[in-house]
Amino acid sequence: MQPFGPSLTRALSIAALGIGLALPLAAKAQAPAGAANTLDAVRARGSLICGVNTGLAGFAQPDSQGVWRGFDADYCRAVAAAIFGDPNKVRFVPTTAQVRFTALQSGEVDMLARNTTWTLSRDTSLGLDFTATNFYDGQGFMVKASAGVKSAKELEGATICVQPGTTTEQNLTDWARANRIRFTPVVIERLEELLSAYVSGRCDAYTTDVSGLAATRSAQQRPADHLILPDIISKEPLALGVRQGDARFADITRWVHFLLLSAEEFGITQANVDQMANDPRPEVQRILGKNGGLGEMLGLQNGWAVNVLKAVGNYGELFQRHLVPLGIQRGPNALWTQGGLQFSPPFR
Amino acid sequence: MSDSTIDPRSLRTPPRRPLRLSWSDERVRGIVWQVLVVGLVGSIVWWLWSNTVHNLEVRRIATGFGFLTREAGLPIAEHVIDYSPTDTYFRALMVGLLNTLKVAIVGIILATILGTLIGIARLSKNWLLAKLAAVYVEVIRDLPLLLQLLFWYAILQGLPGPRQAIHPMEGVFLSNRGLKLPWIEWQDGHSYALLMLILGAVATWLYRRQALARQMRDGRPRPVWPVGLGLTLGLPLVVWAAAGAPWTVDWPALRGFNFQGGLNVSPEYFALLLGLVLYTAGFIAEIVRAGIQAVALGQWEAAQALGLRSGQVLKLIVLPQALRVIIPPMTSQYLNITKNSSLAVAIGYQDIVSIANTTLNQTGQAIEGIAIIMLVYLTISLSISLFMNWYNARIALVER
Ligand SMILES: N[C@@H](CCC(=O)N[C@@H](CS)C(=O)NCC(=O)O)C(=O)O
Repeated sequence: MQPFGPSLTRALSIAALGIGLALPLAAKAQAPAGAANTLDAVRARGSLICGVNTGLAGFAQPDSQGVWRGFDADYCRAVAAAIFGDPNKVRFVPTTAQVRFTALQSGEVDMLARNTTWTLSRDTSLGLDFTATNFYDGQGFMVKASAGVKSAKELEGATICVQPGTTTEQNLTDWARANRIRFTPVVIERLEELLSAYVSGRCDAYTTDVSGLAATRSAQQRPADHLILPDIISKEPLALGVRQGDARFADITRWVHFLLLSAEEFGITQANVDQMANDPRPEVQRILGKNGGLGEMLGLQNGWAVNVLKAVGNYGELFQRHLVPLGIQRGPNALWTQGGLQFSPPFR
Repeated sequence: MSDSTIDPRSLRTPPRRPLRLSWSDERVRGIVWQVLVVGLVGSIVWWLWSNTVHNLEVRRIATGFGFLTREAGLPIAEHVIDYSPTDTYFRALMVGLLNTLKVAIVGIILATILGTLIGIARLSKNWLLAKLAAVYVEVIRDLPLLLQLLFWYAILQGLPGPRQAIHPMEGVFLSNRGLKLPWIEWQDGHSYALLMLILGAVATWLYRRQALARQMRDGRPRPVWPVGLGLTLGLPLVVWAAAGAPWTVDWPALRGFNFQGGLNVSPEYFALLLGLVLYTAGFIAEIVRAGIQAVALGQWEAAQALGLRSGQVLKLIVLPQALRVIIPPMTSQYLNITKNSSLAVAIGYQDIVSIANTTLNQTGQAIEGIAIIMLVYLTISLSISLFMNWYNARIALVER
């Protein structure tokens, strides 16, 4: 990838933000809450612009044809399918951890589906709203198996690679302080560069969300050379993000996620969605838009759910397709009926 | 010009005409235009500003510089002043600023030395040397700096790990963790000695001025170096000895994952410094070459004909003239080093841009973050410019 990517993207999005802020809001009168209406903008444009990772296996990464693949990428497709009935009406914009919020604020992307942890300060002061936690995660460490380290507590004096602008770097300092561990950080914005620092041995350990560790590990030439330590030092609810104050668009992204969960709960899959239309259970009928007019309440067509599920399948299918091959277990991301945390409010 | 011939009455200002409020009055027109332009620019700025404030509020994006006093929580590897993640964003930004200065100042000094040497080498009568210098300049100037930085950083990452560190002599270790050198444990006595060194240097400079002034009067050269040596070396030594001659060497030693103790030059700093110095030296070499070539050959010959030694020719005749050509473009190179140092982000050296970027990401305050970055670079650049302009004025040919 071109080395000028992030700095240029950042410069552009900050410039766009500055210009956007300095000019009066386009539709000040119609939208008193001040939120630009993302849904209308997306419809008018004819495509959804979705902020994803710069390349994290299993979550969002371009394949050899340049098609973005992964769990987060499919969330973008699902939202596009809900709005347009066509999962391909998405443009993917890779964002580093540092630029993602500016990209959303400036309107360069409509939403973030990008390993972004839901925290209070982000929710309140960054001008964005988190709508749904699509992956419950926690922060961990990865080391070279040859280092003989078995627990994060043994990392005293280690050099640790970490991406800037993440909760990861803040958790790391908190944890080190609490455990009286001294460490030397190596802080590099571009994931590729950071990983090469870790792989070359510049760092003793690499820390990020465990899902990110698993993805990175699986992408190494010899995954077995790397060990993910058992310690989990934080809660990382990775959530979808939209601009603050746009309740309609927020609802859409939130209920797309709930749709994926409910579909799994009621056994609706990519393959059987058409037959399921004849399922007598009332909630299934409401989900699939036969009854209840729920789609219209969201400002969509009643067939939205069928379109989404045909495009990407249910939550379990997404997980199976993208994350299980990386060795990521359902764990807390199992449905609540299976003892996990993923829970959809009723479709009613 | 002989001012005695000027009639002093002609210097009097003409009597002030009363302002006539008429468009035909040039002064009235001037005032009206100025008021209009200033008013227009002012209202555009005010309009943009109030829109920005309003929009930030509507979008619930935090504003203001209140975040500066909040705890930063950022890990910073290299800091000239004490820093821990519990410190404020303000202090974190100060650390970043000092890191920028650390690489910019050292970079400027080294690039000047290296660039001058290469520039002179390019003019050398030694064919090989001149060609090597020419190739260097061409190659280094043609490759984007960012690529060079990534290249050097990759090379430094390729060094062996701390356990297999290259160990050329007692206390020196080179590994992918950087260069470790023995260092003295800094105590008060050292600070006093350093202070004396600075005072001694200033005193030497004053003494030299006086010696030169006296030489102007009686033509007798007075050697400055004995006094200079005493002031800059003897004085600090005496003070250090008086402070109890503190001398504890801090030897780096491998403990656990890494070396502890001693002085550390990190790969990030080293790669950035190396990249900046090598790159900018290529440009400086050309500036120096142009400066020297700008001095007419006749000047060399005339100076030699006067019987000056070749060192004196360079020092007294050629350099003063060459410098006048060299200084202005050199100023831009110094500004370039400073600004290019912001490429540090790419290789993980935590300069002001890196820390301000993280700050603006954590706090969401992009406008304030960018304003801080701009303020810092503006201040540094203006300082460099002012200093170089002052120096340029000082060495400018005084026409008589
Ligand atoms: N969840 C954390 C970390 C998110 C994050 O950026 N993770 C890294 C490592 S898994 C990542 O996705 N990087 C991809 C990239 O920079 O493109 C946060 O929200 O701050």
